[in-house]
Amino acid sequence: MKYYAQVKIGLKKGILNPEATTIQKALALLEYEVKDTDTLKIIKFELDEDNEEVAYKKVDEMCQRLLCNPVIHDYEIKIISK
Amino acid sequence: MRVGIIRFPGSNCDRDVFHALKIAGGEPAYVWWDQKDLSAFDAIVMPGGFSYGDYLRAGAIAAITPVINGIKEVVSEETPVLGICNGAQILAEVGLVPGVFTVNSNAKFICKWTDLKVKTKRTPFTSMYKKNEVIKMPIAHAEGRYYCEDIEKLHDQDQIVLKFEEENPNGSMEAITGVCDETGLVCAVMPHPERASETILGSKDGLKFFKGIINY
Repeated sequence: MKYYAQVKIGLKKGILNPEATTIQKALALLEYEVKDTDTLKIIKFELDEDNEEVAYKKVDEMCQRLLCNPVIHDYEIKIISK
Repeated sequence: MRVGIIRFPGSNCDRDVFHALKIAGGEPAYVWWDQKDLSAFDAIVMPGGFSYGDYLRAGAIAAITPVINGIKEVVSEETPVLGICNGAQILAEVGLVPGVFTVNSNAKFICKWTDLKVKTKRTPFTSMYKKNEVIKMPIAHAEGRYYCEDIEKLHDQDQIVLKFEEENPNGSMEAITGVCDETGLVCAVMPHPERASETILGSKDGLKFFKGIINY
């Protein structure tokens, strides 16, 4: 079965996000007063696995081994059958 | 003393490290990222640069290359390993030293001379300095802000190697910019000792990092 995988990676709560801080300051320059700005990274790909559960496990493994750094990141996996 | 200098696509301080090791009296040689056997070397240096374009996170892709298995193997045989700048980021990504070096608090690339305090002399690379000696070396990075989950453990196990003195340019936790593993043989520093290894460069305070390897 072909699956679409989407991994959404964000910083753990309490970890400083300088990119988000900079964006929020820039928005303020345009006179948009916003709070709690955050940035996330999304990685998408296709994979071929027997079922959704196996696909999820595989993607989770990828997150642990490469896509995320467990010291600072949280992640969310979405698997959609094609 | 044969010292392997690891090269990845995007490494750019390899030749500077080679030169500094020569001045220090070592026999440096380049090692490409696909080499798995590093047993011919007495020490390893991972130089700075932008391996794999810093894609994903600085050091993340270099951290899964075959040469890393070779490094893990020689580490288990007590071969000293020094990671400088991108090399430090890679060692942290691999988990050979605790914590991470992530985006600077001001979100900028910082390139400047810094005053640093040597916090431990138990690593081969800092063995020739005095404890708490202040030395001058440059930094050049966008992802150098040190963060770790268990700072107490670093204190308890004497794993803090270098700290910024007076100012903390990148927002590192407790101004830490160099750490080592529990044995002290694997050391990761963001400042560049090779760029401070001759008077003509502005300082030769960094040369003892390399002399320390040769004397080990």
